[in-house]
Amino acid sequence: MLIFEQSRQGRRAQAQAPALADESADIPDNLLRTEPPKMPEVSEMQAVRHYTRLSQKNFSIDTQFYPLGSCTMKYNPRACNSLAMLPGFLARHPYAPEAMGQGFLACMYELQEMLKEVTGMPAVSLTPAAGAQGEFTGVAMIRAYHDARGDTGRSEILVPDAAHGTNPATATMCGYKVREIPTDRQGDVDLAALREVVGSGTAGIMLTNPSTLGVFERRIEEIAAVIHEAGGLLYYDGANLNAILGKVRPGDMGFDVIHMNLHKTFSTPHGGGGPGAGPVGVSERLEPFLPLPIVGYDGDEYYWITEEVRPQSIGRLSAFMGNAGVLMRAYIYARMLGHEGMHRVANFATLNANYLMARLAQAGFDLAFPERRATHEFIVTLKRQQKELGITAMDFAKRLLDYNMHAPTTYFPLLVPECLLIEPTETESKEDLDAFVDAMVQIQKEAETSPELLKEAPHTQPVRRLDEVRAAKQLDLVWSGTVA
Amino acid sequence: MSNIPVDLKFVKTHEWTRLNDDGSVTVGISDNAQEQLGDMVFVELPEVGQELTADEACAVVESVKAASDVYAPISGEVVEVNEGLADSPETVNQDAYGKGWIFRMQPSNAVELDGLMEPEAYETFLATEAH
Repeated sequence: MLIFEQSRQGRRAQAQAPALADESADIPDNLLRTEPPKMPEVSEMQAVRHYTRLSQKNFSIDTQFYPLGSCTMKYNPRACNSLAMLPGFLARHPYAPEAMGQGFLACMYELQEMLKEVTGMPAVSLTPAAGAQGEFTGVAMIRAYHDARGDTGRSEILVPDAAHGTNPATATMCGYKVREIPTDRQGDVDLAALREVVGSGTAGIMLTNPSTLGVFERRIEEIAAVIHEAGGLLYYDGANLNAILGKVRPGDMGFDVIHMNLHKTFSTPHGGGGPGAGPVGVSERLEPFLPLPIVGYDGDEYYWITEEVRPQSIGRLSAFMGNAGVLMRAYIYARMLGHEGMHRVANFATLNANYLMARLAQAGFDLAFPERRATHEFIVTLKRQQKELGITAMDFAKRLLDYNMHAPTTYFPLLVPECLLIEPTETESKEDLDAFVDAMVQIQKEAETSPELLKEAPHTQPVRRLDEVRAAKQLDLVWSGTVA
Repeated sequence: MSNIPVDLKFVKTHEWTRLNDDGSVTVGISDNAQEQLGDMVFVELPEVGQELTADEACAVVESVKAASDVYAPISGEVVEVNEGLADSPETVNQDAYGKGWIFRMQPSNAVELDGLMEPEAYETFLATEAH
């Protein structure tokens, strides 16, 4: 039942009324509402019950094994949230003079420094408000760089077909023509195909390393050389940074620009579409084009770097500092981990993935790249099950819900048929990983003996199998009734 | 997969072509492609009059699983698009080689058709595809 349907005229929840209502006394009469807003009228307890029930219907990383992994959002340590909510951070006004915000500015400056260190990029700007904006920023800087050199004939961005799906969209948004580069059978970029298309029209290449195939691009230095020789730049999509954190750095691989998804790698919240944070890091030649504001430090005080000293900046992406509260959480996460802890994140993220991969292979599941080591994620293909039993990856995914586990990513990457892309992350225990293997083995048995259990799954959830076609074609999210 | 009509020719990106009596060429996606993509929810059509170069992305088919580019199998001008797909994209699933056609083009160089795969060759290609 929707909360609107519980509404009864005159019912009140005083505790939720704004405590400082009289502060609005100076709003002119002509701007005040004449009618109350059409909000549901319920008691406090009704509101609490309603939203608690909704939260209980939800699958989430706080309640279940969640092998979507950092692709969606890692576990968020509670301390990050509580420390970012300290009144000094929370009540800071974005227009406060620098002298009154030295604590916040110091945190942002240190976060810039830590991200530089962990990615090997000489300069960082924190301001992009999400991964998509970070990508846009990165490619906009590539364009600004070529334009500033009068090198305006470069109209193409190369994108390997194993790259993150947003890459071609970003390049197109920035006015480039996208050329796709195929992948070889081992999951690496097809170098011969790359050499064939690279040239004076190449503005750059957008790469995800490790790629979406769950393997590390082994010839990255060769790829960097090919692109740089042609005068192009290398863009690193930070989607899979979790696998290499503190181990190998995009800057050392030859990348010129990188965006980081703080929700993926630095444990910031991401549910419900954000807010996010997608900082960018660049090589020295791109530094003049970084978006503002950036925090500077003169050895004594922290200050905002402005257009006056960065006239070539691509500009500002939002009114202030992007999503400052999310950046605070990432800062606290990185401070809690420290240098040593960053290494341990990558160690355990890859160990957990490789353990899970080895156990599933032993249990008889087919790997997409059986000869490759997993990064922080790996791909199982259920092509054989589909062919022999008519059971699809989606059937496995839905049945996993009945085992009280969230499904891994299904049908992505597109290069592998009937695939499950499995990413446990560093925070899962061995017992939880074993339980997932047990569930998969059990579901495989069911697929052989009682396939209808899978076909009709889920059986135990608040809703049964959803009609995805209808959901895509007739999406209806607006309540159109009237408040009682 | 033996239900492929013999008058079709294919490209590696899973589009089919059919040479019509008037010299125009109808284009769609293969039955294998629609099966891999799953239930269609949206088809983005090219524009009539649009000039296409072979291998150029010119339409998009979106299913519950993925959005995929459709590539021009040969060069030429778009002369007709299957408007019905706007309301009923599922036609591509139901009849990939018939009512589920996507667009019709007038080839600028009909010889390009000779370079495309016969149904048998396409079946062999499907069997040996990497994954």
